[in-house]
Amino acid sequence: MNYSSDIAQGVTVPAEPVLRLSGITKTFPGVRALGDVELELYPGQVTALVGENGAGKSTLVKILTGIYQPDSGTIEVDGQETRFPTATAASDAGVTAIHQETVLFDELTVAENIFLGHAPRGRFGLIDWAAMNTKAKEILTRIGAQIGPSTVLRDLGIASKHLVAIARALSVDARVVVMDEPTASLSAAEIEELYELVERLKAEGKAILFISHKFDEIFRIADRYTVFRDGEMVEAGMIADVTETQLVEKMVGRAVDTIFPERDRRPGADVLTVAGYSHPTEFADIGFTLRRGEILGFYGLVGAGRSEFMQALFGVTRPSRGACRIDGKVAVIRSPVEAIEKGIVYVPEDRGAQGAVTAMPIFQNITLPSLRTTSHKGFVRMAEEFALARKYTERLDLRAASLDQNVGELSGGNQQKVVIAKWLATRPRVIILDEPTKGIDVGSKAAVHEFMAELAAEGLSVIMVSSEIPEILGMSDRVIVMREGRIAAEYDREGLTPETLVRAAAGYDGEAAA
Amino acid sequence: MIRDFVTSREAILVAALIALILLVESRFSGFAAPGNLASVFNDTAILIILALGQTLVILTRCIDLSLASNLALTGMVTAMINAAMPGVPVVVLIALAIALGLLMGAFNGLLVWKLDIPPIVVTLGTLTIFRGLIFLVSGGEWVNSHEMGAAYKALPRFEILSLPVLSWIAIAVIAGFAVLVNRSALGRAFYAVGGNPHAAVYTGIDVGKTRFAAFTIAGGLAGLCGYLWVSRYAVAYVDVAGGFELDVVAACVIGGISIAGGLGTVTGAVLGALFLGTIKNALPVAGISPFWQLAISGAAIIVAVAFNARSNRKQGRIILKSAEHAT
Repeated sequence: MNYSSDIAQGVTVPAEPVLRLSGITKTFPGVRALGDVELELYPGQVTALVGENGAGKSTLVKILTGIYQPDSGTIEVDGQETRFPTATAASDAGVTAIHQETVLFDELTVAENIFLGHAPRGRFGLIDWAAMNTKAKEILTRIGAQIGPSTVLRDLGIASKHLVAIARALSVDARVVVMDEPTASLSAAEIEELYELVERLKAEGKAILFISHKFDEIFRIADRYTVFRDGEMVEAGMIADVTETQLVEKMVGRAVDTIFPERDRRPGADVLTVAGYSHPTEFADIGFTLRRGEILGFYGLVGAGRSEFMQALFGVTRPSRGACRIDGKVAVIRSPVEAIEKGIVYVPEDRGAQGAVTAMPIFQNITLPSLRTTSHKGFVRMAEEFALARKYTERLDLRAASLDQNVGELSGGNQQKVVIAKWLATRPRVIILDEPTKGIDVGSKAAVHEFMAELAAEGLSVIMVSSEIPEILGMSDRVIVMREGRIAAEYDREGLTPETLVRAAAGYDGEAAA
Repeated sequence: MIRDFVTSREAILVAALIALILLVESRFSGFAAPGNLASVFNDTAILIILALGQTLVILTRCIDLSLASNLALTGMVTAMINAAMPGVPVVVLIALAIALGLLMGAFNGLLVWKLDIPPIVVTLGTLTIFRGLIFLVSGGEWVNSHEMGAAYKALPRFEILSLPVLSWIAIAVIAGFAVLVNRSALGRAFYAVGGNPHAAVYTGIDVGKTRFAAFTIAGGLAGLCGYLWVSRYAVAYVDVAGGFELDVVAACVIGGISIAGGLGTVTGAVLGALFLGTIKNALPVAGISPFWQLAISGAAIIVAVAFNARSNRKQGRIILKSAEHAT
C-alpha cells in the first residue's frame, strides 16, 4: 500500500492513527477549556480543526506541544500511551507546531533559528556551523524557500519568516505537524506555496493538524475534519462526506443554554457618528452611527481590526484619516484623557495587560480614571473614593472580601467587574466593551450581560466587540461585521442567523469566493 | 488591620531591625541607648531622603543611577559659591541646590519621557556626565572646611529639641512623602504606571509625564542632599558620595520596593535605609573588618531580594503567551 497514491484518489486510508488523544480535559480557574476531547491524526492526511474563537483549539495545540498538561485523558503515539511533560518531550515524540504568531529570534540567522536548541554538534560539543548551514539549506530547499541560511532573520519579510518557522518545525524528525492558522498573515501567492508545501508533507507521510477559519482552504487541502465547540469535540469525519453549510452548522449550532436578558429595543437619538476612520495598516474606512441606549455588536475573526479600531476611537492610537462626531459636534480625540472627557470609555479585552493594576486595591483601581473628581487640589479624598467604589461594585455584585483587597487576588470574572466599575464611575456616554465575557465563567457572564442591558436601558450607548456568536446575537441591536480591517456587512438583529455572521466574517460568499 | 500589619513586609523589617540592634547591643553595650540610636538616624538621614526619591522612580518601573552624582555636583556648586561669596545666605544656597537638583532630575525625566530611552541607560549616562561636570566646575580642586562659612557648616548640626536639623529635615521629607504617595493623585499615578503601564494609558494617565515627575522630584531631593552632605562632612571634591547611588538602590530593595515597579511603601523605604544604615554604623563599632562589612551589607541585599522575589511570585501564572508577545 502506498499512502500518497491512495490520497491522490481520495480513498480512505485504513491506517492506524499516529497520534490519538482521548478523554482530554483541561480546566483553568473558573473556565473549562477542554472537556473530554477526542482527536485522531492519520499519517499522510490533513485533519482540519474547526471551531469558533474560544472553542478550545489553542488549548489543544498547547497540550499537543507539551506547554499545558491535561487534567485527565491520554495521549497515544503509535498506540503507545505517552505524556508530554515539556515542549522538548513533545518534539522528541515527533510532534511539532507552526504557531499563529511566529516564535523566532530577529537577531539570529535563519540557520540558528531553525536549529536553536538542537544544533548539530561537532568536536568538543561545539556547534558545527558548516553542518548546521548545510542542513538548514536542505530543509529550506525541501519546502521551496529561497532563503540563505546565514541571512539574519530581521532582514526577512513576514512571509519568509513564516517559512523559517515552518523549516524549524521540520528540522526535528517530525511525524505530526500542527499548523495553527498558518495562512493568517500570508498573501494569496504565498498561500498557494503553503498548499504545495502541505501536499509535499502529506506525500512524506506526515500527519497534519490544520487549524483554520477559512472554509475555502479547509475544503481545498483537508482530508478529515474535527469540529470543536465550547471546549468539546462535536463531530469528526471525512471532508468528502460533508458540505460547507453542514460544517458551519456544526460549528455554531449549540444548545440554548445561555439566556440573554429581555430588553426594550428602541434606541434614541444619534450619539456618536464615525466616518471614514482609517489607519495605515490596521483598518480602513470605518463608518457607523451609534444611538442612545443602543448596543452595537462588532463581530469578526481575530485580527479583523476591531480592537485596533476601538483603540483609535479611544485615542490610544491615532487614525490617519476620519472624523468623529458626538451629538453632531465634531470631536477631536487625541488621547485617552480626551476620550474620557468626551464621555467615551474603553474596557479592553486583555484584563491583565490593559485593564487592571493587579497589585493595587480594588477601590484605587476603580477611582483611577476618576481621580479628578475624587481628589481636591491634587489630594485624594479616601472617603469619597470608597463611596464611589462601593456604589459601583455593589451595582455589579462584585464578590470580594473588602475594597482594600488587591485586584490580583480576585477571580477573572470579578476582575472584569472591577474594570467595568472603574469606567462606569466616570459616568460615560459611550462605553466600548472589548470581549466583555472572554474567559470568565458562565455565572459572571450572565451578570455582565444583565448589566449591559441595564446600562442601555439607562440611555448609555454600548459598543460590544465580541467573537462569541451567541453573545452578539443575544445582546446586539445591530451588528457590524469586520473583515480584514474593513466593514464587511451591517445587519439588523431581526432574522440574523449565526451562518450569516460566520460567512460574512470569513469572506465566504459569492463575491469573496470569486 | 493589626493582623495585616503583623504579616506585612514592614513588620518583618521592623523585627529584623530590632533584632539587628539587639545583636549589636549584646556585643557592644550602649549601642541601643536612645542617644546613640538618634545619632544612627542622623547618620542615615541622607540615605533615607535619597531612598525616598529613588522609591518614586522605582515605583514607576524606572531607576535613577545618577542621584549620587547629582548630589556631588550640587554640593560642589554650593560649596564653591559659599567659598567665593560668603555673603550669600545659606537659605539661598539651599534653594539653589534644590533647583539645580530638580533641573538634573528633569533632564533625566525628559530623556526617558520624550526620547523613550531606557532609564538605566539614561541615568548611567548622566551619572558620568554630572560627575564630569564637577571636575569641569572645580577644576579638580577641593573645597575644604576652612574655606566654608560657619553658617554654611552649622545649619545641619543645629539642634532643635536635642535633634540636629539634618534629622528634622529627614523627618519632614518622610512626612511629606507619606502624604504625597498615599494621599495625592500623583502618588496614585506612580503606582498605576509601575503596576501596569498599559492599564495606566487606558485610564488616561500619561505614563511619560508621571515618570518625568518622579525623576524630577528625586533630582530635587538629591540636590537638597548635595548641600546637606557637603556641609555635614565640610568638604567638597569630585568623588563625593562615589558609589552611593548603589546604597540608595539597596535601601529601596531591602525595604521591599519592587524593582519591577508598582509595589512598595514609604515605610518600607525608610526601614530599608535604616536597616542598611544600622549595619554600616554597627559593624565598625562591633569591630568587624571592613571586608566583612561589605559582605554583610551585600548579603542583606540578596536576602531581601530573594524574599521579595518569593513573595511576588505567587501573584501571577506565567504562560507562554507573554513570551510569544515579547518576540
